[in-house]
Amino acid sequence: MFTKFIYLEWKSFTRSASFASNLALKILMGFLVLYFTVAFLALGVGAFYILREMKLDPLVTINKFLMYYFLMDLIVRLMLQAIPVMNIRPLLTMPFKKSTIVHFSLGKTMLSFFNVVHAFFFLPFCAVLIYEGYDVISVLLWGMALFSIVFANNFLNVLLNNKDHLLAIFITITLILAGCQYYKFFDITNYTYPFFESLFHTKWVFVLPVLVLSGLYFWTYNYLKGDLYLDAGLTSKNDIAKTEHLTWLNQFGTLGTFLKNDIKLIKRNKRSKTTIGLSVMFLFYGLLIFGSGIESYDTPTMHILAGIFVSGGFLITFGQFVPSWDSAYYQLMMTQNIPYKGYLNSKWWLMVIATVVSTIIASFYLYFGWHVYLMIIVGAIYNIGVNSSLVLLGGAFTKTPIDLSSGKGAFGDKKAFNVKTMLITIPQLILPVGLYWSGTYLMNENLGLTLVAVVGILGLALKNKAFVFIEKIYKSEKYATIAAYKQKS
Amino acid sequence: MIQVNNLSKKYNDTTVLNIESLEIPKGQSFGLVGNNGAGKTTFFSLLLDLIQPTTGNIINNKVQVNASEGWKPFTASFLDESFLIGYLTPEEYFYFIGDLRGQNKADVDALLAQHEEFFNGEILKNKKYLRDLSKGNQKKVGIIATLIGNPEVIILDEPFANLDPTTVNRLKKIIKELANNPNITVLVSSHDLQHTVDVCDRIVALNKGELVKDMPTSKETLQELELFFAV
Repeated sequence: MFTKFIYLEWKSFTRSASFASNLALKILMGFLVLYFTVAFLALGVGAFYILREMKLDPLVTINKFLMYYFLMDLIVRLMLQAIPVMNIRPLLTMPFKKSTIVHFSLGKTMLSFFNVVHAFFFLPFCAVLIYEGYDVISVLLWGMALFSIVFANNFLNVLLNNKDHLLAIFITITLILAGCQYYKFFDITNYTYPFFESLFHTKWVFVLPVLVLSGLYFWTYNYLKGDLYLDAGLTSKNDIAKTEHLTWLNQFGTLGTFLKNDIKLIKRNKRSKTTIGLSVMFLFYGLLIFGSGIESYDTPTMHILAGIFVSGGFLITFGQFVPSWDSAYYQLMMTQNIPYKGYLNSKWWLMVIATVVSTIIASFYLYFGWHVYLMIIVGAIYNIGVNSSLVLLGGAFTKTPIDLSSGKGAFGDKKAFNVKTMLITIPQLILPVGLYWSGTYLMNENLGLTLVAVVGILGLALKNKAFVFIEKIYKSEKYATIAAYKQKS
Repeated sequence: MIQVNNLSKKYNDTTVLNIESLEIPKGQSFGLVGNNGAGKTTFFSLLLDLIQPTTGNIINNKVQVNASEGWKPFTASFLDESFLIGYLTPEEYFYFIGDLRGQNKADVDALLAQHEEFFNGEILKNKKYLRDLSKGNQKKVGIIATLIGNPEVIILDEPFANLDPTTVNRLKKIIKELANNPNITVLVSSHDLQHTVDVCDRIVALNKGELVKDMPTSKETLQELELFFAV
């Protein structure tokens, strides 16, 4: 029975859309995977020696922060790890026992990337512990206990998924705990650390996480098994719809019509909401750089990049997929009496408004001095003037249909990655860095900023000319785009 | 109204459509029948400039469709669900199409009121997004949306599929009314010979991309078609 399942899984893996992409991309992806594997392995091996170098007891330190490690793990899972429920549907009427289906689905979640990734860190770390003469049995039991917790998190995620507010609650708890610890009000690790320590030193304590894991497995199993009906666990949730007229946008004519649609698009789809969340994170990117937390980031090049990222989060995350947002009904758009210009203009305004709003919110960077905020404003000018048009141009070549209902893929679609869109990122990021750098080199930072701002304003002045060109490209790409959007992944 | 010249569509070496000449006069209600893969949807996609012809062209009211976009203001179509915007409510969708076709809210409301019977109380004010409606109800929305803004050419691909028997009869009534209007040219495709014969003045049968029958509807049409498609 299980072999049949494995056959299906293998087919779905080898025939998935990302696998079918071209060879060059596969090689690139291969290198990326290799790089991360090596990086994690190095971290696992290196962590021990780095900590010892810092005059800390490696095992004690790790044990101290494991609490946060697992909390973060759970948060990341709730955010990103999807549970494989939908592909169960076609199996229900086949001659499979329900228990087999559930066991298999649960087993499948255990092989997920989110579990495997921990092995890259813990296995080398354990190996180093043994190599350094720690008690072998203790290390093995400790490792087993930690993996039990990893898998317990895995099943917790299955149980807790689809409960909307949990994620926010977990994040808040983690932030409060971390904050209390940072300001030395209350240190949660004082209470959790002895537990993780005893996993190592007391031989029988490892039984606790293992028991918790088995309990959770049993619970999830019952939970899923009882819910294996089309109108119970396998139903797709329907939102209660409310018609919104947004009449205040009527004054903008065609532009208003599209803006109305785009606002609804962003508000009502999971994928676009993830994008908004991501673009808010961009707002805080500058803290890393201007907060001078990391020394190697404290260079003029990084500063101007931060200026562009802080105000351009939405532009980058939303803009780069511009026609793809409408991929599900692109045929409709192409048969309606729609001028391309109006369509593109509405997306352009959306990005401009978002950039302006981000810039206003970013005024908290004034804390780091007016010069830092000036940099953000200049970044915003460049974003509005040049990048907004460039992103639309790049969109003409992005032929990845977007599944609006899925939250995954917001971190960049592999297929959206092609040579033409890559080439367009050069003027997006490298040109302003080059301008700023040469200005600083020739005279001072102010000249650098002026150069970037002038190019931004120039771009804005030439916007109409650029739009005529972009429109032409969209028209010539029309058939290829329609054909690509029809092939749903 | 619509003139087809030497139209063909090939994918690699497979010809999926090949129509030498076809003329659809203004005001006609035109039915396209054929098996799966006969080229019905391909023909409609070419007519809407969604795919490019390999040879030849289509002229819609003096506008060559693959050269100019001038056909868009007077042509309305519903081919499949990809013509619907899933995250809108039906009302929002109708107003959106209305906006694009220069109709204000009152115009759209008047049209919707006319078709309340067709909606059967399942579409409007139902607190559901289009993506959550059943296939049949989605189709109702798509079909009525093509009527917004008084188009002169209406193209419906498989409009009868997925509809319940009562709705099919109501839809037939709507199409017949459109057919009676001398300014409106209706193009309908279907697998169902009976339905097509019921609503169309003229029937064209396609087989493997070739035009195999072209006849005005009469008492004998259905028999002749059934004979042609008999196994």
